[in-house]
Amino acid sequence: MKPTAPTLSIAAAAFAALVLAGCASTPLQDAPVPVTEKSAPATPATTPPTPAADPRAVARVEAAPGTVDPLNDPASPLSRRSVFFDFDQFVVKPEFTPVIEAHGRFLAANKNRRIVVEGNTDDRGSREYNLALGQKRAEAVKQRLTLLGVADNQVEAVSFGEEKPRASGATEEAWSQNRRADIVYR
Amino acid sequence: MVALIRRPPLLRRCLAALALLALPLLAQAQLRIEITGVGSNQFPVAVARFDAGGSTPPERVDEIIRANLQRSGLFRLIDTGAAPMAETAAVDHAQWKGRGADALVVGSVTRLADGRFDLRFRLYDTVKQVQLDGLSYVSSAAELRLNAHRISDRIYEKLTGDRGVFATRIAYVVQTARSAYELQVADADGGNAQVALRSREPIMSPAWSFDGTQLAYVSFETGKPVVYVHHLPTGQRRPVANFRGSNSAPAWSPDGRQLAVALTLSGNTQIYLVGAEGGGAPRRLTQSAAIDTEPVWSPDGRFIYFTSDRGGGPQIYRMAPDGSGVARVTFNGDYNVSPRLSPDGRLLAFVSRRGGRFQVFTLDLANGTELAITDTVLDESPSFAPNGRLVLYATEVGGRGILASASTDGRVRTRLSGPAGSVREPTWGPFIQ
Repeated sequence: MKPTAPTLSIAAAAFAALVLAGCASTPLQDAPVPVTEKSAPATPATTPPTPAADPRAVARVEAAPGTVDPLNDPASPLSRRSVFFDFDQFVVKPEFTPVIEAHGRFLAANKNRRIVVEGNTDDRGSREYNLALGQKRAEAVKQRLTLLGVADNQVEAVSFGEEKPRASGATEEAWSQNRRADIVYR
Repeated sequence: MVALIRRPPLLRRCLAALALLALPLLAQAQLRIEITGVGSNQFPVAVARFDAGGSTPPERVDEIIRANLQRSGLFRLIDTGAAPMAETAAVDHAQWKGRGADALVVGSVTRLADGRFDLRFRLYDTVKQVQLDGLSYVSSAAELRLNAHRISDRIYEKLTGDRGVFATRIAYVVQTARSAYELQVADADGGNAQVALRSREPIMSPAWSFDGTQLAYVSFETGKPVVYVHHLPTGQRRPVANFRGSNSAPAWSPDGRQLAVALTLSGNTQIYLVGAEGGGAPRRLTQSAAIDTEPVWSPDGRFIYFTSDRGGGPQIYRMAPDGSGVARVTFNGDYNVSPRLSPDGRLLAFVSRRGGRFQVFTLDLANGTELAITDTVLDESPSFAPNGRLVLYATEVGGRGILASASTDGRVRTRLSGPAGSVREPTWGPFIQ
């Protein structure tokens, strides 16, 4: 009889493990591809699940508070990830202080979390100079976060310059959307 | 190849004075070139249909030559009719002179037994009634187009006194959709466009190595700007600046061993040197609290020009390659960016904002004379042709990115636009032997 797919893959995995254990310096690609029409067991190797007392019972589980990532809570200021700037300006405006403080507190309390701050500009002028201007916006946000106790290695400031505009068009409305730094969690 | 006959160069110096070059377009055949300005004194030349002995070669060499000469803006093409003229044909100089042609090009394309072609041409001066040039190329079908450009270069040089750039290449970036970017390399006329890199993330600032085989550029494919060097014949690429923060603005040193780049290791954008092979620690060249970026070497290697806003707005400065002796170069206007040096080192091309218009200017470094050479107002990324006669640049017309060129005297102007997509970041490659 033909082996079922699960048994084939189990046999292949076992073979690969043998190859790995036996000759660790041999590249895997050099191992012959196992063809196991004959040696596979005829029955699935998995243990059948332990039967429940009542197969129709439904056990209720309550998710503990806090297992919802606050980053994904639309009610949290952490859901806001963009800081907008005025024309030719690189100073974080007071209205964005709550956003930055929320992320600063979160990162200071979660030292394993990392972010990238992506600076952006409108599309007028030199692309390379705009890349440097976008970097200034990203660095301004990073500096504020650092003052809130976020470690340097938790934040990388980079720039997209004018390369990834959120809004297109030669209008003040579009330009103001693009004068921006975005906080992106990794 | 065999030079058939060579005569002392007979050049029209009046033409050379306003000489210009050819025009690049891009992309597969659909790129349209629009000539918006021509030289004031166009040289009349006739290019007869090349004799193919009744066969149909894969390229119409004479048509490629005519298109090249026309795009340069320096020539007026005299009608030759549909009849081919063989390279060996006897020439009635007086008759051609009478039709208005001061020069005549004839040629032949003959299929050889091995499938290749014997491509021959002769260039005559119908006024002096002498042959100015003549050459034969044994050429595969795929090489016919390149050899048509080489013949164009020889004709251009004989008639204007300047080296032609028809056989050189350009690189540029095309955005074909919101998340679709291509780095393309094409002949200087925009033909034979090939994709060197395709990415879902932006690509910017391509820069040719001096041997024309490698491009350095900035790619955002990893989610941030990283500088790569890409060997075009093999497609092999390596990151040469991938440090914390942003990495951008690559510029080759004249010896090809180093790249000047803009890095943000200090928290602001500064200029560093890195090895062209990658690896090793970057060496910081500028020491300011401001933005220093867009480095470019002078051809003689004595200076690195760059953009800095250390004085308030962005201006162009220069320094020695070790970072010493910083001096400001531009003083007119409050926004001067994107410096490029002409191959002879005498002219600086840059983008200046004056009265809300962004235009390519040239600055004569010896006497300080400035000239706006374009008629467009959203210019970016100027790049000199390797003979120094043209500046290729990106601009925007009708909300779309296009490429355009202007002669350094501002007289000859062309625009190239493709059927779709936004074209930007052009850079003209070097002469290749």
